[in-house]
Amino acid sequence: MSQNTKKHHEPLIHIVKRDDMVWWQAWGIRLAAIVLGVLLIGIVSAVLTGESFFEVYGIMFRGVFGRIFEGKTSMLWKFGQDTVILLCLGLAVAPAFKMKFWNCGAEGQALIGGLAAMFCMIQFGGKLPEWMLVPLVIVSSIIAGAIWGLIPAIFKARWNTNETLFTLMMNYVATQIIAYYVYIVGGGSNVINPVETGALPVIGKSQYLLNILIVAALTVAMHVYLKYSKQGYEITVVGESQNTARYIGINVKKVVLRTMMLSGAVCGIAGMLLVAGTDHSINKDTVGGQGFTAIMVAWLGQFNPFVMVLMSALIIFLRTGAAKVADSNMLNSSFADISVGLVILMLVGCEFFIQYSVRLRRAKKGVEA
Amino acid sequence: MKRILAVLLAVLMLFTMASCGGNNEADELKVGFIFLHDENSTYDKNFIDAAVEACENMGVTMVQKTQIPESNACYDAAVELIESDGCDIIFADSFGHENFLLKAAAEYPDVQFCHATGTQAHTAGLDNFHNAFAHIYQGRYLAGVVAGMKLNEMIEAGTITADKAKMGYVGAFTFAEVMSGYTSFYLGAKSVCPSVTMDVKFTGSWYDEQLEKEAAQALIAGGCVLISQHADSMGAPTACETAGVPNVSYNGSTAAACPETFLISSRINWVPYFEYMITQVKNGAAIDVDWAGDLENGSVALTDLGTAVAAGTAEKLAEVEAGLKDGTVKVFDTATFTVNGEKIDSYTADVDTDDKFTPDTEAVANGIFEESKHRSAPYFDVRIDGITLLDEKY
Repeated sequence: MSQNTKKHHEPLIHIVKRDDMVWWQAWGIRLAAIVLGVLLIGIVSAVLTGESFFEVYGIMFRGVFGRIFEGKTSMLWKFGQDTVILLCLGLAVAPAFKMKFWNCGAEGQALIGGLAAMFCMIQFGGKLPEWMLVPLVIVSSIIAGAIWGLIPAIFKARWNTNETLFTLMMNYVATQIIAYYVYIVGGGSNVINPVETGALPVIGKSQYLLNILIVAALTVAMHVYLKYSKQGYEITVVGESQNTARYIGINVKKVVLRTMMLSGAVCGIAGMLLVAGTDHSINKDTVGGQGFTAIMVAWLGQFNPFVMVLMSALIIFLRTGAAKVADSNMLNSSFADISVGLVILMLVGCEFFIQYSVRLRRAKKGVEA
Repeated sequence: MKRILAVLLAVLMLFTMASCGGNNEADELKVGFIFLHDENSTYDKNFIDAAVEACENMGVTMVQKTQIPESNACYDAAVELIESDGCDIIFADSFGHENFLLKAAAEYPDVQFCHATGTQAHTAGLDNFHNAFAHIYQGRYLAGVVAGMKLNEMIEAGTITADKAKMGYVGAFTFAEVMSGYTSFYLGAKSVCPSVTMDVKFTGSWYDEQLEKEAAQALIAGGCVLISQHADSMGAPTACETAGVPNVSYNGSTAAACPETFLISSRINWVPYFEYMITQVKNGAAIDVDWAGDLENGSVALTDLGTAVAAGTAEKLAEVEAGLKDGTVKVFDTATFTVNGEKIDSYTADVDTDDKFTPDTEAVANGIFEESKHRSAPYFDVRIDGITLLDEKY
């Protein structure tokens, strides 16, 4: 044992796994990452546009909220609408991702849900009374989304296919079906004219209010489901370890199928909100790639629906604001994506500092003690 | 927790302070533009360049929103341009924007809405909603003349015989705008090369580089010796350059990428319309419900000729152009084409938009099909002899 005097060649930097971090420390680091990312956006924008550093944030703020101080609230409603649609898709993928089922098909599931809504609105519009048609629109889009989510889950459960690829491919199938449907209805114009039959009613001052209320209710419901229900617990266990789940008698296949149905169904709701609630029309860009952004929302929100609200709002704020900076300076519109990317990069990167601590080589004296 | 709150408050104050600065200029006119894509799309670039030029010429502020899909996002963009930027005129550049722009127009009666390529202004019953297009078929016809001259050169050189003078055309959809375009192109070619025929293939997309390329290659393999297109990508021109087949392009010159095969290109120049619309609003005058520019006022523009054109093309082109301007040459003269072997005296076109594309308006008068007269967007969709549609799935 006295041989232990052999010299340790200690590297300059140590990376040590840490599990002692309190929740507020972790969130402090994440907040710092966001602030850093936002500062970076300001610097990059100021350099590219020649605007002053602070003016960049002014433009971003105006781009998102408009002249809110002059009592014009339309932009605030739009911000709410954009946030809840992204949030709704995030809520949809959260249970699947928590179960470590990589559902990259939110885009397609939402599109198919929207298509079902559109189909009912066109097909049964004027033939059924509105009080029957609106529920039909809602139910059919939920079912359609659920089926679209269930298909890859069945293949996964039965033949262990790769769900990432499968769900991705299903997006393209959905997009093409929509393109074909738009062609059938709209012909060469490539446009379906708005259909008012079967559309969700407008309540209150803004056409977006109902959407916001529905997603708010959905957020609470998803929180309760994931945190307090037996099914939510099963999702957590399957996500942690499938073997453990089997050991304690959970039917893993059943959980996978059920959760993907739920995931697809909520996507279907998002599609329905877009088609029956907002656009009253559909095309292959209706969801606009948000099914993919939603994955970031779910991850960054750590599958906690309330944190996901903040994440959606953050991403929408950055995207809308940066688009305004780009437009008012005739920059390419990709600038908005780059800006959002910068913040997400910071956020993903900072997880490293939450999981691990970096220690410099300790002084010689310390080692010998 | 307190510290986090403090940081949050500080950030919020920063925003508030910054947002209060500026934005209090005098009452100068502001024009808001809504673009489907950005300057990377040849279609939108054509609009963006014109908007910049027109706003500079007229001394008004230009505000733009790019990447606005044909969804409720278009309505949101219009509201933002009005409420947040204080725009007095809103312009949108894509066909599918129309329904969402109409929604905004109904809510903001004091703002003028102008929409390119749309069809509903004359039936919408809104005083502040207007459509605009151009007699682009004149440009297509002239481009067709250049193509016909090239075919004649090939026939004279013995490369092809007169009955093999077949052109190919890559279109997006079997849609009046496309059909009007390829028919005028064909008629232009036929006016100088009587034996010409044409095959048309549709891609089912306004922008799909791969499909357009494949369609052009298929047409070339099918015996077409000259290609033109109505789609926005470089697919067809590139396929032609590779195969060494002459190409008439659209929306701008492709001479730089295709030096050996580029003949000519026609495009709509939107500067005259933008200047018109701004002038009207400045003077408090009404904007036409439907406005269609032509060769005369510069709305229909041609690029320079490529190096591959036949000898004497420039002279012939000038001659036909003068004829179109003074009205002695009519593109859709019913004496120059037949349908199932017969001349048409009457044709009911679908001018008023409805879901079923019901024909509703007599378009032929005095032996001429009057394109873009009853509304600015094209409605010529007659299938004339000499043109074969290879696939009609779109």
